[in-house]
Amino acid sequence: MINIKNYDSNLLKELLYKMILIRRFEEKAAQAYGLKKIGGFLHLYIGEEAVAVGSISNLDMTKDYVAAAYRDHGHALAAGLDPNSLMAELYGKITGCSKGKGGSMHFFDYEKHFFGGNGIVGAQIPVATGIGLKIKYNEEDGVVLCYFGDGAIHQGSFHESLNLAKIWNLPVVYICENNHYGMGTDFRRVSAIDDFSIMAESYAMKGKQVNGMDVLEVYDATKEAIEVAKSGTPYLLEAKTYRFKGHSMSDPGKYRTKEELELYKQKDPIVSFKELLIEHNVITEDDYIEMDKRCKKIAKDAAKFAEESPEPDLNELYTDLYV
Amino acid sequence: MSIITMREALRQAMDEEMARDKNVILMGEEVAQYNGAYKVSQGLYDKYGEKRVIDTPITENGFAGVGIGAAMAGLRPIVEFMTFNFALQAFDQIVNNAAKMRYMSGGQFKVPIVFRGPNGPAEFLSSQHSQATQTFFAHVPGLKVVAPGTPYDAKGLLKAAIRDDNPVIFLESELMYSWEGEVPEEEYIIDIGKADVKKEGSDITIISYSKPLRYVMESAEILEKEGINVEVVDLRSIRPLDEETILNSVKKTNRCVIVDESWPFVSVASHVGWLISYKAFDYLDAPVELVTSEDVPMPYNHKLELAAQPSVDKIIKAVKKVMYI
Repeated sequence: MINIKNYDSNLLKELLYKMILIRRFEEKAAQAYGLKKIGGFLHLYIGEEAVAVGSISNLDMTKDYVAAAYRDHGHALAAGLDPNSLMAELYGKITGCSKGKGGSMHFFDYEKHFFGGNGIVGAQIPVATGIGLKIKYNEEDGVVLCYFGDGAIHQGSFHESLNLAKIWNLPVVYICENNHYGMGTDFRRVSAIDDFSIMAESYAMKGKQVNGMDVLEVYDATKEAIEVAKSGTPYLLEAKTYRFKGHSMSDPGKYRTKEELELYKQKDPIVSFKELLIEHNVITEDDYIEMDKRCKKIAKDAAKFAEESPEPDLNELYTDLYV
Repeated sequence: MSIITMREALRQAMDEEMARDKNVILMGEEVAQYNGAYKVSQGLYDKYGEKRVIDTPITENGFAGVGIGAAMAGLRPIVEFMTFNFALQAFDQIVNNAAKMRYMSGGQFKVPIVFRGPNGPAEFLSSQHSQATQTFFAHVPGLKVVAPGTPYDAKGLLKAAIRDDNPVIFLESELMYSWEGEVPEEEYIIDIGKADVKKEGSDITIISYSKPLRYVMESAEILEKEGINVEVVDLRSIRPLDEETILNSVKKTNRCVIVDESWPFVSVASHVGWLISYKAFDYLDAPVELVTSEDVPMPYNHKLELAAQPSVDKIIKAVKKVMYI
């Protein structure tokens, strides 16, 4: 049982703040998408914020690394990437974190150790494993958090990577964000098992299933997983979560019932955590409102920054292809 | 200058680069304890240990991706494919990650990785183990593609590839490993992107690269006796392509045959043919002729197998056709 008194109040506030920031940032992005300021696919993370925030809040991004998939906005914000540069990237502007060449699925920040953003299902899993190889090779004190969805867990790249990570004892924590649907397909229709954490046993690793709607549970489980991974045994976490929106902006999500969606909205990770913090006098309702206002302003300012930023010059077409 | 095999030249290149830079590692199937399926990495495991010469399970997609991640994070992996036929398993990682990572991150990442191993038609291996893959990779912006035709070029080019901050596809022809050639003792580097005129001539240009270069040289010798003076251009590097050397030669000889082991349809050969027709059209006295592999999977039967590939006979016929004799 989680005892909230065991946590530093600044950490608790930070967790809440980061989740709100992701929510407000993505709401703003969705609005801009509706106005056709943003194109392409836009895979929103709304509902899943506790997973990225709970896990990445354990990291020191000067020595640890994050690799995510195409639903990467939340991870990037949790890893401390600049909201302005992220929104500008969604707008395809030169001030974007990938100079407008990556878009929603390809957020990158080399300096902040954010290694994508990857649009091919499962393709980031071997890459993250390779970052782990580098950490071990150089005998550094670091860890890689590698995120993928329930759709990717069936990819060969998952199996190949976990096997490699174990035989080489790499410091990688693999985090399956099970939001229940690989695009429109209920994971129970395409998965031989319904608890992915047991797959860790196939690779002689530890695995754990956690409630991905509970930021503290994710935080604690990741902390433990990181310790194990750094000691030489990679780790598989499965975070059971739920996305409140469709797979992307073009998906109305008709493959799931209203009741199911409603049930998970009752478990909104932000609302429930906020209530917990108020209940335990960590924050007041006014503190929350103030935090929310701050996040809304950051999102609004980011949109303004993106809006006012210049497009890439046409000669950027042929830059950054080769070193 | 010592005479060594292509296998030894490649090994020397890796050895020298691993000695020079501790970030260089070698990984792949059987590269370490087994000393390499084709013995290219022989001795490196004993010299550099399991930390730097790493055996992998048979998981091309996985270990190619691991190499890419390690390269993005600062190492300089050499990833050996036991044959490039198996690299098709890793095609997603090579095309979608190695080639594009720099571009789609707005120039933030370097991917200093070399994918190397045997490529091209071999003998009695049928279609899955005997094919030329260069065109697949040459199509992809963000990759460099290199295919040496001599031990000398192999060593100098591999050293350049290992030092390159871009992903390099390094294609070694499977049947060439035991071929011998002169390789100097002292260090040298051959820049990627520079073709080499292997023989000067005035009547016709034959453009080739990798293993068929030998057949081209043999053909040139035979043609010489018949009074046809052949210039031989060895591309060495497919991407980037040394257009200047190609065009200068064709402008001099006014006739051209391109010899390429890959399939003819949208191939390296067809691209070079187009390039010449586009940029040296006014200099041509005859249409450019291609000698490629036949447009079929490789058959097992040896007679059919040989008939499917470029040969001295086919090259001579093509030259005579272009010479109108």
